[in-house]
Amino acid sequence: MQLPEPLFSRCIKPLVFALALLPLVLMGFGVWQDRLGANPIEAVTRSSGDWALRFLLLTLALSSLRRLIGWTQGIRLRRMLGLFAFFYASIHLLLYLWLDQFFDWQGIWRDILKRPFITVGMLAFLMLLPLAITSPKAMLRRLGKRWKTLHTLIYPLSILAVLHFWWMKDAKSDTSEPLIYALILAALLGERLYQRFKA
Amino acid sequence: ALLGTALPQRAWAKSAFSTDETPTDFADITTYNNFYEFGTGKDEPAIKAKTLITSPWSVTVDGACEKPGTYTLEDILKPHALEERIYRMRCVEGWSMVIPWQGFPLGQLLKRFQPTSKAKFVRFETLADPKQMPELKQNVLDWPYTEGLRMDEAMHPLTLLATGLYNKPLLNQNGAPLRLVVPWKYGFKSIKSIVRISFVEQQPVSSWEKANAREYGFYSNVNPTVDHPRWAQYNERRIGEFSKRKTLMFNGYEAQVASLYSGMDLRKNY
Repeated sequence: MQLPEPLFSRCIKPLVFALALLPLVLMGFGVWQDRLGANPIEAVTRSSGDWALRFLLLTLALSSLRRLIGWTQGIRLRRMLGLFAFFYASIHLLLYLWLDQFFDWQGIWRDILKRPFITVGMLAFLMLLPLAITSPKAMLRRLGKRWKTLHTLIYPLSILAVLHFWWMKDAKSDTSEPLIYALILAALLGERLYQRFKA
Repeated sequence: ALLGTALPQRAWAKSAFSTDETPTDFADITTYNNFYEFGTGKDEPAIKAKTLITSPWSVTVDGACEKPGTYTLEDILKPHALEERIYRMRCVEGWSMVIPWQGFPLGQLLKRFQPTSKAKFVRFETLADPKQMPELKQNVLDWPYTEGLRMDEAMHPLTLLATGLYNKPLLNQNGAPLRLVVPWKYGFKSIKSIVRISFVEQQPVSSWEKANAREYGFYSNVNPTVDHPRWAQYNERRIGEFSKRKTLMFNGYEAQVASLYSGMDLRKNY
């Protein structure tokens, strides 16, 4: 299944871009209108984290879709969605550094060492960073084969990102939501393993 | 409505135990709640707790006391003059509020049941009725929600049984019709919607201790020097404020309660 060509690049791609910005717009609107409840800082921190994770899973889903239903066009959205994952993860991290820690670097370092869910969250971001930096086409050309190897980092970093969410929630025995993300990730990674062993 | 009549229509005498800090907005106190029987999201209890029936209500008293039995809420409340206590409330998750409670000291009620010398601890239970609390089937905790205090903690004049806040009867999401308030301990010790009070000889195991003993101890005193593996405890975000505040030892009630724990290693007895 493919969409007719000018439609895809002229309409679908910009539409996906606009939709991907919508969570940010809604967060901004929520802050402005004071609609985020009693703890708005917590609300935007959680929401940005949620969206980073969602875009990560969407990025992973595109190549599964290509293999499963033959939708090859989707791959052309992969860089954009991956960068949106990075974008929301950056907002998430910045909110933590600024509004949770107020740039108290000693406190942040202590947090990274002491709290496993912060440790894995930080690791996931550090692994996402080189993927964002090497996302331009020029970098792909320069790195050649190594680019592909580097970008397999998305697998471990996705696992760490889900683990970050899981460990944050399981302190209060509340893992029903991270479980959904874990199952989707397991399906996406499982599909890749299946393709590898089938061949 | 029954509770409405139980709250006398008068200005509250200012209690020496009250803080003069600014109370948190009523809207925030009543929409940002941890009450897992009505869902784990903090906005859920305000929406879902409407199914809780608080009248009629009764409390079963049992264990090591001379006057066990099942008491109606009216029996429980009748002899007690309600007073206002404006208390700080510090959640283990790193946020805090200031809440103007109406209630009476727990110790006054416990004395009426004439605890025997075997009563070393008091154990409390929240209602656990799947018909009124559909989220019980989620089994996030081992229901009914259980909490406990050492006898001297329970008898301490700061320890309150609350029936209202902001001069209104407690809303369901805040633990109507009767809840505990222990202001020097993390919020989860202040058990909501109490249906059972038991005098026991052995230290009871609280629900959170049972779920995760490494993270939640029996005492759970607010202590900025004992970190939680999930949340930093040296500071807190007061709901409605932008910057964080330093968390105070025993949530600022050190002068009143520190003597309860003299000689105890608070790192071990967290």
